[in-house]
Amino acid sequence: MKVAYWPGCVSRGFTPELHGSMARIAPLLDLELIALDRACCTGAGVIAEHNQELADTLNARTFALAQQTDSAMMMNICSTCQGAMSECQERLDANTPYREHINANLTEERLSYEKGIVNKNLLWVLVENLGLDELRSRVRRPLAGLKVGPFYGCYIVRPRDRLDITEDRPRDRYLHQVIEALGGTVTDYAGVYKCCGFPIITMNREASLRQAGIHLGDAADAGADCLVVPCPLCHLNLDLQQPAAAKAVKRPLAMPVLHLPQLLGLALGLDPAELGLTRHVVRPAAVIDWSQAVVAGAPVGGH
Amino acid sequence: MPEYTLRLQRFSPQTRPEPWWEEVTVELDRHHSVLDGILEAKERDGTIAIRYSCRAAICGSCGVRINGRPGLACHTQLGEAAQAASGGAIVIEPMGNMPVLKDLIVDMDTVHWRKVKQVRPWLVAAEPQPEREYIVPHETMVDVTQTMACIQCGACVSDCLSMEVDPLFVGPAALAKAYRFVSDPRDADDRGRLRDLAEDPHGLYDCTHCFNCVDACPKGVAPMNQIMRLRRIAGSDLEIDDANNGLRHEHGFVDNVRKNGLLHEGDLLTDSYGGKLKPRTVFVLFDSLPGILQALRRRKFSLHAALGHPHRDARRGHQRYFDRIEARPERVELNLYFSGYEDDPGSTPSVPTGEDSAAVASGPNPRKLRDRPGATS
Repeated sequence: MKVAYWPGCVSRGFTPELHGSMARIAPLLDLELIALDRACCTGAGVIAEHNQELADTLNARTFALAQQTDSAMMMNICSTCQGAMSECQERLDANTPYREHINANLTEERLSYEKGIVNKNLLWVLVENLGLDELRSRVRRPLAGLKVGPFYGCYIVRPRDRLDITEDRPRDRYLHQVIEALGGTVTDYAGVYKCCGFPIITMNREASLRQAGIHLGDAADAGADCLVVPCPLCHLNLDLQQPAAAKAVKRPLAMPVLHLPQLLGLALGLDPAELGLTRHVVRPAAVIDWSQAVVAGAPVGGH
Repeated sequence: MPEYTLRLQRFSPQTRPEPWWEEVTVELDRHHSVLDGILEAKERDGTIAIRYSCRAAICGSCGVRINGRPGLACHTQLGEAAQAASGGAIVIEPMGNMPVLKDLIVDMDTVHWRKVKQVRPWLVAAEPQPEREYIVPHETMVDVTQTMACIQCGACVSDCLSMEVDPLFVGPAALAKAYRFVSDPRDADDRGRLRDLAEDPHGLYDCTHCFNCVDACPKGVAPMNQIMRLRRIAGSDLEIDDANNGLRHEHGFVDNVRKNGLLHEGDLLTDSYGGKLKPRTVFVLFDSLPGILQALRRRKFSLHAALGHPHRDARRGHQRYFDRIEARPERVELNLYFSGYEDDPGSTPSVPTGEDSAAVASGPNPRKLRDRPGATS
């Protein structure tokens, strides 16, 4: 399936292993990624907070660029992008005069957004387009024995109405379902649907790091070997900031945090190093037996 | 008649120090409320405590957590609650972030009401007061109706994720109430209110943007949206400096994307603290050093990526939008709470107003607020 691909900023900045691992797994999932080179940042909610019309214009522009490709839909690999774009799309789709006003901003570039673009996070594409059975059939190295804690990130589970989460479309259970389809075991813990704290890391550092530290600690207490996140911003607070988060909650933490494409890649048989798993601040020693480069609940230090 | 199992969290500190769980079964039609179920159980066991009054989602008394989500017990049907219950039983707990007094009754005074009082929830009249009634523009009063819909049930406070780690945070209900007065054209102290909230490190910029309050609110107040509107007025319009680097972060972020097209994180961190050479920046960077060094060691990012600008690409052509839209004399905003969704059956989207007749400007006009006679500055 051809998708207009929006990787976001952070996946090409401070979490390059995310963009890289997505590129590796795409052919294994028959996803052809048409990169939206000219698109710019979704605003991550901050630009909308500053000026709603500006955020809506930037995202309408990205949607219009996606609609110029021959892709079936638009796909992203960042919960925050999903949330920020869904918020703008909701306004653009709800009101024709408003959409026309925003489109008038885009005329110089001869761009125009047509209502109703389908824009999905990779997680939704896996379940709704590829299908869990199909995903299961492509697994080469089941994540047997691996206890994975899902961490969704706020923007992909709330608000439920805007993200179209219903009983029939349980998008807030998809990470659970994918972990199981890959042969892993889901570890539920208190922080599954909570905030990583990243949005206030520069505003209230202590509170932000405590959020990250509490969730990581809760996952450890529940017996998780690792967490999986569909959002690179969550990854920044949960992995990059984990040493600081450990200090904030005054307990040692060593919880590996995997990007969703990395977890998929391991189960699809890819080499941990090519998925960028060597690049994390918290080395995924509990996830990977580096001596054999296979997935296992390997003892820490077994590499 | 269907049978429902309610799993109630009980707590009675006078007789037992720890809370405990109790399962009760009630026989009621599926359209009856969870509150009806609890009251049915209370008929048999009078010691079950819950605060309630109107039973019609007006008074805001019966806020609880149902299956882990905050809401009004009288506003949730037994049938839907049972469907959402993963383990069969409908789980009913007291709200979070507030001390539990007994069973499902939490202490609203020490948390919720104290925070609401903190934002001065009354109108500070502009002087001189008119001899007769104030004449106010229709659209500005329409704008405050979303926050006026609040029934003070505390559901948003219950699940506020910032308050969970920072109990001093003013919180969603109180901030929504603050917006109600900041945007009221009759109120003379919008600037003072915003300054107080900005200067409080647990105020305007302590919200972590998690949307929990948006989903929690049974009345569509969307407190987080009101917090963002307060920030928009305090930051973009009035340029009020704050205790949390909030304004610097917002400006740093917007300028960063304007310059680079994509967000360049290396600059954002320093810009948010006021620039690379500011003592505060050095302190924070020093504090983050172990993580940064570890990331560099693991080749998570390179110094080139952190300090250079590999994303910057003038061909993106996005800068013109920043220039044009930010230069508008008035912001154009669409609030779906008022305008509705044109695809909804029976809905008629609101008629566009504002400086551009093609757009819907349903937000307040902060410039008018600032410039109106009697406003303090």
